[in-house]
Amino acid sequence: MKIVACIKRVPLTETQAKVAADGKSLDSAGVEYMTSFYDELAVEQAVKSKEQLGGEVTILTIGPGSASKELRESLAKGADKGEILVDDNWSMRDNRATAKALANRLREMGADLVFCGRVATDRDNASVGPMLATYLGAACVTDVVELELSEGKGIAKREADSGVESYEFSFPAVITCQKDLNEPRYAGLKGIMAAKKKPIEELPLEAEDNQIEPLSLDLPPARAEGRIIGEGADAVPALMDALLNEAKVL
Amino acid sequence: MSIAIVLIEHEAGTVRSASLEALGAAQAAGCEVVAVATGSDAANTTAALGEHGAAKVVVLGGDKYSPDGLAGDLAKIVREQGAKAFLATASSTGRDIAPRVAAELDCALFSDCTAFEADGDSFKLVRPWLAGKLIASLKSNAPVTCATLRRNTFAPKATGGSAEVMQVDSSTDFRAVLSKIEAKAEGMLDVAEAPIVVSGGRGMKEAEHFSLIENLARAFGNAAVGASRAVVDAGWRPHAEQVGQTGKTVAPQLYIAVGISGAIQHLAGMKTSKVIVAINKDADAPIFKIADFGIVGDAFEILPRLTEAVLEARAKV
Repeated sequence: MKIVACIKRVPLTETQAKVAADGKSLDSAGVEYMTSFYDELAVEQAVKSKEQLGGEVTILTIGPGSASKELRESLAKGADKGEILVDDNWSMRDNRATAKALANRLREMGADLVFCGRVATDRDNASVGPMLATYLGAACVTDVVELELSEGKGIAKREADSGVESYEFSFPAVITCQKDLNEPRYAGLKGIMAAKKKPIEELPLEAEDNQIEPLSLDLPPARAEGRIIGEGADAVPALMDALLNEAKVL
Repeated sequence: MSIAIVLIEHEAGTVRSASLEALGAAQAAGCEVVAVATGSDAANTTAALGEHGAAKVVVLGGDKYSPDGLAGDLAKIVREQGAKAFLATASSTGRDIAPRVAAELDCALFSDCTAFEADGDSFKLVRPWLAGKLIASLKSNAPVTCATLRRNTFAPKATGGSAEVMQVDSSTDFRAVLSKIEAKAEGMLDVAEAPIVVSGGRGMKEAEHFSLIENLARAFGNAAVGASRAVVDAGWRPHAEQVGQTGKTVAPQLYIAVGISGAIQHLAGMKTSKVIVAINKDADAPIFKIADFGIVGDAFEILPRLTEAVLEARAKV
């Protein structure tokens, strides 16, 4: 059984976003990276699935060679090997080019079960998982909060706006992981030591051209300075007056 | 005139407001609108869709729901109609289906857009990056521009028209099939959809105290309960209510933050709300920097009084 977790490096959550000199990309000077939060859930679920069904877990990413840092962290948590589709332009690659490149590689690998984070916390598209599944012709359930697997098939519960939806599917399948699916484990010292010996392969990326063309990147407009209406419950009538007559939102 | 296909969401035949907004967005960008409604009662949506500018409504029949099946059907409709755009709302369904439609059409996807405009032969879109820390203006070079639109952001347009209705059978070629839905409690609005959101944070001190937040939300009649990451992590509230970088992005008419200090990750998820009210004990809390109106003080005293005042104001209307 071939299990793959796709991960992406994203700027640290605390990153102070700055626009580069070209006015349409992120200034990467001094930016530090981490594995996108939801992709950590994908790694955990891949390792769990291996523990249940057997097989091998590969961590797949598109990025610079230095993305081996994030791969090692995943290998330390129980994955078997890593692959980087090396791309110097990784941060500007659009979701179609990304999904196609990943799908091509996953097809070559003969992946049975693929885990992705529900969304990468840089571009927030939540698109690559279901897109690559479509290119692969694989089943896909997104935003999964509960997963039950058996030989060759599974049932996934998905967090939807109106409630929780259950889907039945067969392998090959792509699952995008939502918070609540699992609690990612910490890498122990033993895991970290073992990860150093695990293979990480660098492969050339053959990506198609972007269809998304950035025109400009801006800081959001600042909100006009508000005001403190008052203190304690006695300020409630003044607040109601402001909402009813000034902001007119009620 | 280019044609836009719009995926409609409805509740037992009543079209969701976000879908009417999407119809408005397509028209404002100069498109002729073909709406697609699916599921039981889909036929009941056609009048409302016509009145809001749909020239045509495709009613997809079929008794099973499969996201890959639906995406395949939508891509087929896009091709048959020669559409230049495919739009859905940035809801859980829209965000599940739209990427698949885009890939079926071998096109990129623009998610959670806050602007959608015609640009020559193509379209220009605006969407947040890094959870709203940056705003990207993007040009689409895709043969079909596929996008999900942020809710409460685009204006619906009542045209009073009527739509031509087409009945189409859905495909039965499924890879994943919906087998069960555990519905949310009756009458609860989703936090990303509601026009008013009342959110609570650590300052509520205990899970039980969220009844005060729920009471205020109920008093408004059209409000949803939201939560900060801290209280979701603590298990006080479900993740579905979380607002912010690892939760939902909301843009309601009115956002009331109670006992939320305003970490950057939370602000990213709600700062495009039209009006923001902050209630917090700490006058130096960062939330006051972006709030239009603030009250410094004890939420446990302020919330019951505010709830009463809202009920009174609504009784007068």
